[in-house]
Amino acid sequence: MDGRNPDLAQYIPRLRRYARALTGDRGRADDLVQDTLERALVKFHLWRPGSDLRAWMFTIMHNVHINQVRANSSITVSPLDDEALQPSMRATQTDRLEVLDLETALARLSQEQREVLLLIGLEQMSYEEAAGVLNVPIGTVMSRLSRARERLRTFLKGEAVHASGLKVVK
Amino acid sequence: MSEQPVTDAELHAYVDGLLPEARRSAVETHLAAHTDDMARVAAWREQNEALRAHFTPVLDEPVPARLLASASGKRMPAMMRYAAVLAWFAVGGVTGWFVHDYKTEKSTDTIAFAQRAAIAHIVYSPEVRHPVEVGADEEAHLVAWLSKRIGGSLKIPQLGTLGYQLVGGRLLPGNQGPVAQFMFQDGSGQRLTLYVRNGSNETKETAFRYAQERGISVFYWVDGRFGYAISGEIPKADLLRVANVVYQQLNP
Repeated sequence: MDGRNPDLAQYIPRLRRYARALTGDRGRADDLVQDTLERALVKFHLWRPGSDLRAWMFTIMHNVHINQVRANSSITVSPLDDEALQPSMRATQTDRLEVLDLETALARLSQEQREVLLLIGLEQMSYEEAAGVLNVPIGTVMSRLSRARERLRTFLKGEAVHASGLKVVK
Repeated sequence: MSEQPVTDAELHAYVDGLLPEARRSAVETHLAAHTDDMARVAAWREQNEALRAHFTPVLDEPVPARLLASASGKRMPAMMRYAAVLAWFAVGGVTGWFVHDYKTEKSTDTIAFAQRAAIAHIVYSPEVRHPVEVGADEEAHLVAWLSKRIGGSLKIPQLGTLGYQLVGGRLLPGNQGPVAQFMFQDGSGQRLTLYVRNGSNETKETAFRYAQERGISVFYWVDGRFGYAISGEIPKADLLRVANVVYQQLNP
């Protein structure tokens, strides 16, 4: 690809997949991809030739997404943080096991946890790459990943327990 | 090498195929001896597989033309869209019709829903003589009436365990049609309202979302055909507890 005309279209399917998982909504996901592509073209002179263009695109998407989440809060809309959710989740579990499907469970993770989980679990990035995309230290990636996986495990527990054989490992 | 204890980070790396080969046997030995870690690792691996299985079909969907246009630099619509959305938020809905055709409709729509719920709360909860149209003493009639008007069978959650009793309910105009509002009150006179609409154009489920409007906390979510918003002038954590009870009671 030459510097003037980067072939960004090749990244669209991957960006769409990630955005779909991130937003949980097809329309919003495609809006996010569109905004990401446009931003990437405007900022393309900042891309260092030779570095990973895909990771760079994901970085742009992360930034666009964060800005949109903030911009949309003329009335404050926020994901529930861990602390807020903890007591109620515990209360729920004593009454009955709450089994959530994957998308609902994902939506209940915090924004930060969801991003890390998806970059690694879905996009199969290395921890270093994910840290680069999110612009946080690797230690932060690891702790978010760990919390995300444990919370997801709680949310999906009913399924995992009832599906036969899933707990058996080698 | 093998005396070195296995860390949590290594367990994750093992799941993600990012563990250095030299540590592989140490981790596997550890897992064989620690069934709880083995179970965690198995669950994480299933999560990875589930995520890929669930979302990878997106890769094969046809790419919308607007995205291809954006990738090649023909980028007029999004700027307009942005401007429209910003204007909509700034003007507070007056220009809402302008954005209506654009794809951001859904997210702004649910925010608008939360906003209307908060406003309905602000309007009716201070009312002393006429807080509701039909009182709790006619609960059966209230449910039947609102169910008929909303076009779906409504249920009223029992919040007695949280100290809230039903005051009654009323019918309100929503942005898409009739909306039901139920009011609850505790011993101190603190009031909560549950705002319910029938968004029957789609059935889905969303997470709890939280919004604040003029000091009123609102938790809102979509469950099946109905959208729900519970509003109150109480701390977020307390309202979340109520929202959880409401959610559970409506999903027996």
